[in-house]
Amino acid sequence: MPNAFWCFVEDDRQGMPKKVMAEVLGEAARLAGGQPEAVWITDKASDAGLTQLGEWGAGKVWVLENAAFAPYRSEVWVGAAAELAAKESPRAIFGPVTSRQREFVARLAARLGVGLAADCVGFALEGDRLVATRPIYAGKLLAKVAWAKGPCVATLRPNVFRPADAQPGRTAAVERPAVSIPGATMTFVERREEAATGLPELAEAEIVLSGGRGMKAPENYVILEDMARVIGAAVGASRAAVDAGWRPHRFQIGQTGRTISPKLYMGFGVSGAIQHLAGMRTSKIIVAVNKDPEAPIFKIADYGIVADLFEVVPELTREFKRLLEK
Amino acid sequence: MKILVAIKQVPDTATQVKVGADGKAIDTAGITWIVSPYDEYAVEEALRIKEKRGQGEVVAVSLGPDRVKEAIRSCLAMGCDRAIHLNDPAWNDADTLTTAKALAAVIKQEAPQLVLCGRQAIDDDMGAVTAQLAELLGWPCAYWIMEETVDADGKSVRAARQAEGGLEVFDLPLPAILAAQKGLNEPRYPTLKGIMGAKKKEIKDVKAGDLGLGAEPPQLAVIGLEALPPRPPGRVIQGDVPAAVKELVRALREDAKAI
Repeated sequence: MPNAFWCFVEDDRQGMPKKVMAEVLGEAARLAGGQPEAVWITDKASDAGLTQLGEWGAGKVWVLENAAFAPYRSEVWVGAAAELAAKESPRAIFGPVTSRQREFVARLAARLGVGLAADCVGFALEGDRLVATRPIYAGKLLAKVAWAKGPCVATLRPNVFRPADAQPGRTAAVERPAVSIPGATMTFVERREEAATGLPELAEAEIVLSGGRGMKAPENYVILEDMARVIGAAVGASRAAVDAGWRPHRFQIGQTGRTISPKLYMGFGVSGAIQHLAGMRTSKIIVAVNKDPEAPIFKIADYGIVADLFEVVPELTREFKRLLEK
Repeated sequence: MKILVAIKQVPDTATQVKVGADGKAIDTAGITWIVSPYDEYAVEEALRIKEKRGQGEVVAVSLGPDRVKEAIRSCLAMGCDRAIHLNDPAWNDADTLTTAKALAAVIKQEAPQLVLCGRQAIDDDMGAVTAQLAELLGWPCAYWIMEETVDADGKSVRAARQAEGGLEVFDLPLPAILAAQKGLNEPRYPTLKGIMGAKKKEIKDVKAGDLGLGAEPPQLAVIGLEALPPRPPGRVIQGDVPAAVKELVRALREDAKAI
């Protein structure tokens, strides 16, 4: 449909859309004042996945399904997506901030010759004009940006937008358009899986526990992982902890790590350097536990406890367990 | 092998930034400028490739006003051989696509085998120029690179990109473009000799007209900047640890409804 809001699907590479898509579809529906459309580029779109997208409010799902689309390569995806966009003239093209959509959506915008607003945290319609809000300068300022022409291409920060409520029984029309699939010049060699933590992914988790320099040693992260298992949280780290070699870089929260925006962020022994705040200051509730009452993180924390984290963490884990067993 | 590295000068993270008089850009008075940290990983990697191969040239390119020369000098001091400064008021309002078009024009002239960029610049955090360059050049591209190896005959590069849940390794035929992620390497500090030597290295000033480009309005325009809305004042929970923890859990459950 011309002027549709498109949402590019991020999936788990096993045929199911990730739950962040409920947020992208929810925001697109709000702006469209109607049903958005999902575009799913994949090597396998499961029926359950299509049902899920319909329940989240997609009026239509464009399925571009081909073995050549996995593993993701921008040079292959962009040609197919651009061909469909040229035919359908969407008003906006959205995707969640993930490692691949950051690249894909930027490349697609260049192909279409339009502007890109990455990592947006808000949208508004000013008359007919779409305006996006995005954090800049380590989250110290917010920029309002607008596009010279459409489609308006943007990526959305996870955990910021209100997710669409899943409505069982709501279904999407499924279309499988014929598109030409560009040949790949990059060849896949291998995928090296990270050791599974059994905990949610940092960027998507609703609760994040973060350990800083106050954790003192890598083996001490076990106490945060114990708490994380109780409350279903992800465990991250500050730059100081990563640079000390205590945690791999993929767990780093902050300017040179992941940007997160969970419902609840709890920092343990994290001082709150500006570059850490850049990666977590849009969290909804911030808890800080630090021995140092002068630690800058207390300035932005909703709740603080000035105490030794090694006393607080086991006590807090017990208390959460008691609460959740009720 | 010729390698081109695109770098950006950005305010130091610790610098205070204030909204400028026009409400659309920051007030640059008193700002400390640095090379964007991810770009330093890109520079370092380019230098290592050259050193490992025992020959080649590393060219640094940056777009921005006169002050950007300082960032370019830092890269020359690290060991880049020469630099190109895209310095023209026509680029004052450049968005990522305008920047990518200017860089692509330089890359077509210079014809390097490999282009390295940082994952994103830490001022506007857009993280788009690498992908947009790849599109404009029609080159393969890999984002968030944690390791790379150029093969012995300089025909391809094997790169491991960071993805959710793992590293994905690809062979990219050259020319190709890579975006450096933290963890790729540990950037070197310039030596005194490097700093002295940098003063003698060439920095070529390039205008839009030299690249056959005119002034075109950006596709994405900043229409206003605002300070972050202040967070509601927080509260430090007093009392001994067991009491404070009980109160915290109660507050998270009942007041904040966060758990």
